[in-house]
Amino acid sequence: MTSSSSYSGLEEASSKPHLCGAAKRGSAAVPHHSNPDRPETPIIEFREVGKSYGTFTILDKLSFSVRPGEHLALIGPSGSGKTTILRLLMTLETVTAGEILIDGRSLNREERSGKIVQASEAHLRRMRAEIGMVFQHFNLFPHKTVLENVTLAPVLTSRLSKEEAKNRAFELLDKVGLTNKADEYPARLSGGQKQRVAIARALALQPKILLLDEITSALDPELVEEVLSVITDLRNETNMTMLLVTHEMSFAKDFADRVLFFEQGKIIEDGPPAKIFQEPDHERTRSFLRKVIAAGQRV
Amino acid sequence: MESFDSLVSYAWFILGGAAATLELTVLSCTLGLIVSLIAGLSLLSKKLLVRWAARTYIELFRGTSLFVQLFAAYFVLPLAGIPLSPIQAGVLAIGLNGGAYGAEVVRAAIQAVGNDQREATIALNLTRWQAMRWIIFPQAVPLMLPTFGNLAIETMKATAIASLISVSELTFQAQMVRTQTGGTALPFITILITYLAIASMMMALVRWLERRLSRGLVSVRT
Repeated sequence: MTSSSSYSGLEEASSKPHLCGAAKRGSAAVPHHSNPDRPETPIIEFREVGKSYGTFTILDKLSFSVRPGEHLALIGPSGSGKTTILRLLMTLETVTAGEILIDGRSLNREERSGKIVQASEAHLRRMRAEIGMVFQHFNLFPHKTVLENVTLAPVLTSRLSKEEAKNRAFELLDKVGLTNKADEYPARLSGGQKQRVAIARALALQPKILLLDEITSALDPELVEEVLSVITDLRNETNMTMLLVTHEMSFAKDFADRVLFFEQGKIIEDGPPAKIFQEPDHERTRSFLRKVIAAGQRV
Repeated sequence: MESFDSLVSYAWFILGGAAATLELTVLSCTLGLIVSLIAGLSLLSKKLLVRWAARTYIELFRGTSLFVQLFAAYFVLPLAGIPLSPIQAGVLAIGLNGGAYGAEVVRAAIQAVGNDQREATIALNLTRWQAMRWIIFPQAVPLMLPTFGNLAIETMKATAIASLISVSELTFQAQMVRTQTGGTALPFITILITYLAIASMMMALVRWLERRLSRGLVSVRT
C-alpha cells in the first residue's frame, strides 16, 4: 500500500538548522545509548512534572527524557497517565507542577521582563510548531475534504502557499495510499482510512516530534494493519522523534527503541523492548504482560 | 354586500402592506443575525467585560417586552436626540429583540461542536481565531439553522407590532380597511394567508440552507 521511497519533505525539514538548541541530528537511527562524552540535549525532557485535577493526581514528579530520533512506546494499564503525557506535550492540558523542556526550551514557562511566568498563548504556539499529534478518534474536520484537512494548517500558519501545500498534501496522501480519496469528505472513509488521513495531516506541518495516541484503539481489527504499516514506514524512513501510546504490545515491541511501562503515573520500567517484554525487572510488569497475553495478544 | 370589484381593490390595498412587512422582516432579521453573532461570540470571550456586556444586552432585551422596546425606540430615543422613522424604530426594536434570543442559539451551537475538533486545531497550531473561523463556526452553523429559522419566522410575525407606530404594513392596512368598511373577515383572512405564505417561503429557504451547509456533516453509509 505504501511505497518505500523516502518522505522527502520531512527529511528536508530536519536537515534545516533550527534557531535554538541542539537541532543537529544524524541521518542514521540514533543509537540507544548516548555517548557520555558528548551529552546531547534531549528533545523532550520532563522535570518533576505534575498533573492533577483538583485533588486527583495523575502525574507526580515525573522525570524522564527522550533523545532526538528516539522511538518511544508508552505502555501500561488504563489510567496510568500515558495519554496525559502526550496531551501535556501537545499543550492540550496544562502542567500543574514542574517543567517540560522541548529541545532545551521550556514548554510551559517563559521569561518575560526578567520573570519566569506561565507560558502565554504566543509562546505555546511557537513551541507547538515542533510537535504533531494523531488522535485515537482521528478528529478529522468533517466539513472539509481529505485534501483540505491536510492543506488547511500549513496554509493558515503561513508555512506554505496554497500550491505548495497542495503538492505536499498529495505527496503525503500518496505515502498513506489515499490520493484517490483527496476530494472525499471524511464521513465516506473507513476508520483506517480516516486515521491515515489524520497521519498525513499531522505530517503536513513537518513536526520534529510526532505523538501517536492509541491510534488503532478505535479501529476494527482488520483495519489496524494498514495504519500500523504506515507508522512502520514513517519510523524507518524519517528521523522524527516518535512517542507511541498503545495497547498493541506486539507493535510496541517492533516499533520502539525504548519502552516505558507506566503505572499510576510512575515509570516502573524503562528499557529496550527485548528486555521489557522478555525479562522485566518488576512483578507488576510481568503480571500486566500476562494479562495482555491472556487477553489474546501476541507479545 | 359590496361589489366583487371593491373587495378585490381592498384586498390589493391590504397586500400593498406586504412590501413594508417584507422590508421590516428582511432588515430586522439582518440586524438580528448580526447582533446574535456578535453577542453569541462575546458570550464565549475570554474577557470578562465582553461577556458581561453581552449578558447585560441579552437579559435586557429578553426581560422586557418588545412592545415596550418599540415604544422606547420610537418615542424615547428622539428625546435623546435620535429621531427615528417608524421603519427604523421598528427594525431597531425587533432586530435587537430577536438578536437577544439568537445570541443564545449561537453560543449553544458553538459549544456543541465537539472538544475533539478544538483539540485538533490546537495540535495543528491554529490560532483561536483561525480555529473559530475555519473549523468551529462552520460546523456550528448547521446546528444553528433550525432554531434561526424559527426565530426568523417569529421576527416576521413580530413585525405586525410596527403597525402601532404607523408603519403601513399588512396588519396596519388590514386595520384601515376594517375601520373604513366595517368588514372583519376579508382583511383578517387576507393577512392570515399572506403571513402564512411569507412564513412558508422562509421555511423553504431555511431548509435549503440546511441541506447546503451540512455537506460532509451527515455521515454517509457506504
